[in-house]
Amino acid sequence: MNLTLHVWRQKGPQDKGKLVTYPAKDVSSDMSFLEMLDEVNDKLIKEGKDPIAFDHDCREGICGMCSSVVNGRPHGHQEKTTVCQLHMRQFEDGADIVVEPWLAKAFPIQKDLIVDRSALDVVMQAGGYTSCHTGGVPDANSQLIPKEIADFSMDAAECIGCGACIAACPNSSAMLFTSAKVSQFAVLPQGKAEAKVRVLEMTKAMLDEGFGNCTNHYECQEACPKGINVKFIATLNREYLKSFI
Amino acid sequence: MILDGKAPTGPIETSWDRSCFDKKLVNPSNKRKFKILVVGTGLAGGAGAASLAELGYNVESFCYQDSPRRAHSIGAQGGINAAKNYPSDGDSIYRLFYDTVKGGDFRSREADVWRLAQVSNNIIDQCVAQGVPFARDYAGYLDNRSFGGAQVSRTFYARGQTGQQLLLGAYSALSRQIKAKKVTMHPRTEMLDLVVVDGVAKGITVRNLMTGQIESHWGDAVVLATGGYVNVFYLSTMAMGSSVTAAWKSVKKGAYMANPCYTQIHPTCIPVHGEHQSKLTLMSESLRNDGRIWVPKKAEDCDKHPSEIPEEDRDYYLERKYPSFGNLAPRDISSRSAKEACDDGRGVGPGQRGVYLDFEDSISRLGEDTIRERYGNLFEMYEKITDENGYVRPMRIYPAPHYGMGGLWVDYQCQSNIPGLFVLGEANFSVHGANRLGASALMQGLADGYFVIPYTIAPYLASITPGTVKDDHAEFKKSVEDIEAQTNKLLSINGKKTVSELHRELGQVMFENVGMGRSDESLNLALKRIPEIRDEFWNNVKVTGESKDLNQQLENAGRLADYLEFAEMLTTDALHREESCGGHFRIEHQTDDGEAVRDDENFCYSAAWEFKGAGVKPELHKEPLKFENIKLAVRSYK
Amino acid sequence: MAVTGFMLVCFISVHLLGNLSVFFGVDAINIYAEKLHSLGPVVWIFRMAILLLFAVHITFGIQLTVENSSASPEAYAIKKRLKTTFAAESMIYTGLIILVFLLYHLLHFTVHVVHTDAVSAVQTLVNGRPDVFTMIGKSFNSAFISIVYVIAMCALFLHLSHGLQSFIQTFGLNNGKTQDTVTAIGKLAAIFYGLAYIAIPLAFLFHIVKI
Repeated sequence: MNLTLHVWRQKGPQDKGKLVTYPAKDVSSDMSFLEMLDEVNDKLIKEGKDPIAFDHDCREGICGMCSSVVNGRPHGHQEKTTVCQLHMRQFEDGADIVVEPWLAKAFPIQKDLIVDRSALDVVMQAGGYTSCHTGGVPDANSQLIPKEIADFSMDAAECIGCGACIAACPNSSAMLFTSAKVSQFAVLPQGKAEAKVRVLEMTKAMLDEGFGNCTNHYECQEACPKGINVKFIATLNREYLKSFI
Repeated sequence: MILDGKAPTGPIETSWDRSCFDKKLVNPSNKRKFKILVVGTGLAGGAGAASLAELGYNVESFCYQDSPRRAHSIGAQGGINAAKNYPSDGDSIYRLFYDTVKGGDFRSREADVWRLAQVSNNIIDQCVAQGVPFARDYAGYLDNRSFGGAQVSRTFYARGQTGQQLLLGAYSALSRQIKAKKVTMHPRTEMLDLVVVDGVAKGITVRNLMTGQIESHWGDAVVLATGGYVNVFYLSTMAMGSSVTAAWKSVKKGAYMANPCYTQIHPTCIPVHGEHQSKLTLMSESLRNDGRIWVPKKAEDCDKHPSEIPEEDRDYYLERKYPSFGNLAPRDISSRSAKEACDDGRGVGPGQRGVYLDFEDSISRLGEDTIRERYGNLFEMYEKITDENGYVRPMRIYPAPHYGMGGLWVDYQCQSNIPGLFVLGEANFSVHGANRLGASALMQGLADGYFVIPYTIAPYLASITPGTVKDDHAEFKKSVEDIEAQTNKLLSINGKKTVSELHRELGQVMFENVGMGRSDESLNLALKRIPEIRDEFWNNVKVTGESKDLNQQLENAGRLADYLEFAEMLTTDALHREESCGGHFRIEHQTDDGEAVRDDENFCYSAAWEFKGAGVKPELHKEPLKFENIKLAVRSYK
Repeated sequence: MAVTGFMLVCFISVHLLGNLSVFFGVDAINIYAEKLHSLGPVVWIFRMAILLLFAVHITFGIQLTVENSSASPEAYAIKKRLKTTFAAESMIYTGLIILVFLLYHLLHFTVHVVHTDAVSAVQTLVNGRPDVFTMIGKSFNSAFISIVYVIAMCALFLHLSHGLQSFIQTFGLNNGKTQDTVTAIGKLAAIFYGLAYIAIPLAFLFHIVKI
């Protein structure tokens, strides 16, 4: 396959960036998208040019490190697939591919496709935990949790924290991310004790960090590589209202 | 030198409790005077940093990823073992202890394994309290599944993402301590050196991966939880950034590396598709319950579509060689057999590095729906990567490196031979011996982090005065200068080969010669090739960009530089160990029918290697292993 | 947004019920109008409350838009729409259209300063009731006025087609199973409101209802 890439290049956080065009020649359709970028980079290095900087780590779709908007869709057009698991056979020979970083005020671009997502950590620190001590906790089976509840909690907990929801949201809202964590704990007996404080603190942190408000576009759900459902946003809203009662 | 692991003597059942009682404690008001550096935020590092901070110590935590939540513990799929005996099927701490020692082919330290088995139960309680959504039955009780190497169901799981959920649990505990300002988090920061002052670990030197600044951090103790080293094979199931660097820099400062030759090669991975591949993906071993593994009998059939190869021309080699275990032969044996078949020219798929895993029989026996129900997600993953439908055409699989049992040598307190340097999780060597059982890696990481290090670090801290050495000490300055010199050297070579090309070359040499089947000849060949690649690296690598900038090439180059030295030590260890045990198989040491032959008379010890310079043979120190509770026996799968 | 939006939906429902009485003959709406007038100050308090509601809703809407666009300052070179709708993306614009229309509507039918030729014709009938029916009819016989109303009601339809289901979500009344149904019902309701409101001017314009 031969492709034409249009990649966002930006030297540093303060610099202005622009789309730069690179040919990607003799690409194997069995390559992953990131392996294709590796190839382009090897060529750039040999030409003495600065390779494209992009975040990636596990390359098996679970760490949440990879983060590129491919042709206008976070992680590309294949459903429930991170960009590291997106394979080149999903593209047509001769295609033009535009690769951009996550764009949001809360995610300042560091270099090329790399953004700073520490705002998500701050949201987690605001209340994404149960305040249990190490040790001194009851036996694991002492509180029964029906399968439906455990499954609901697990559905929410599958979030990999990549930020695609924010990248896809017209408002750069982190509601899906935040709601997944709030919902995971809200239904579990272990999380109920701090449910009120958690939802208030986490939503406050979310807004303080510069994420937008949710206006129910549901772009996040479609972009999410793990298929996190917007029903968790409804759960967060419910928990939020409940916290005033 | 004979090393002493300082494991408690006496009855094993009370060894950990007695050891805890005997330890000196640090009183609560003194704890806040100590600063502990924890490197790595996976299960061991994340849990350790959170637990130490909660006790009152000041903790600084470091990870190279952009968030502590992304450490590669997150990739573990299967589950976590614990001796809860909830199903009441005969499990006990003693049985978990026994299975782990035997599974490790009698090359681990008994007392360490006992402790692991004992605290395994606390881990499950802890994770549930944190809100980890383990699988449950309809009545609300925790569900268990069985896993390789055990006859009981003791594995707890959270769908196929147990590692992710446990890591997020540890990350949440860590986040809570960051909020409480007891942990200072340094993401996107890579440890590049250990600072040793008068023989004692007193700090680390790191590179801020965003700015390229080299920074010094002092601490009263340094805890390494930096994971495993199997990216030395280039293609592995590890994350791209997983490296031996932190451990290796410590080795260069005097820490011993123990048993690096014990590497686990997992049999059911998706094969390599081409020379540009960067990463291998694991599929759960459970596939072997219903799939039959075969290759064509005749080499000329390899390019044919599998459906065109008649039954009589197929070689179901595991069923043929191991009639009783068949396709369920243990990991090391099935991995090795796959390699043998491919070496014989009968491999299938790109580069003929693959064997078929065929579900045709089970589909006709059980129906496609049943198979879909059991393995649907794996078939989907397989199709995403290979574009082949496993229901209509046999899957192709090939073994891939995925865990290093060896690591930095530590005593019973998880302290290395350098005082003040503690090592947790996969980065140390102590509990898995020569082979790790499934669902035990998560158990070890969390055990070390939550329940071991908070106890074992106290006696050391109680014996020192906090804050005596700070980062204005000359050793810190020297360390920074050394790193800057190496960085400048890497940037100035300006050769012709990229880092990934050279890493791939090293990986090929390692996988072919120091992989599943090792011989005197192959190991010596590797020992010849590794220095050649290292020389080429230092003369012909091309690293672009600047040192004081975000420079991923430079990061990779530094990691490869360390692998190129470490690989030699790994190979040396493999060459010296004239026996076959666990993940280390020397083809000279096998029975007529291919079983590993262990040599307990001469090799019942842990081999801890002392670095003597690149290209110089490292010095061997032995820690004899005593088996007082479990009798040394031959592992048999007939 | 959701709270004020919901209250405004209640208002337009009542308003619609009243207005639809044009289809039940001259007397129906005139009786309705007389009843309203007879309430005296109460109706003015009610009107003020509605205005206040509008003001709060609009202020929040503008504030939300400003906050959200500042959270998302840069645009992608290419952006694919995944699930959102034109209605959802244009909430602020349809909202502003409705605002402008609202002012026009008040000037027209309440304060009687525009289209005076039509509205000045409000006469007290022999039965003592104000002839609102004729006033409405005369206004909507004008193609211009009718088109203005139709355009505004199309904006209202779009606004509601996102707003109604959005309200259910924001109040946390959704779960995974209700999501699609709620969205569909929201759209149907929006179509109903839109069509019902549009029917009034068109009925007069095409002389289906005659003065």
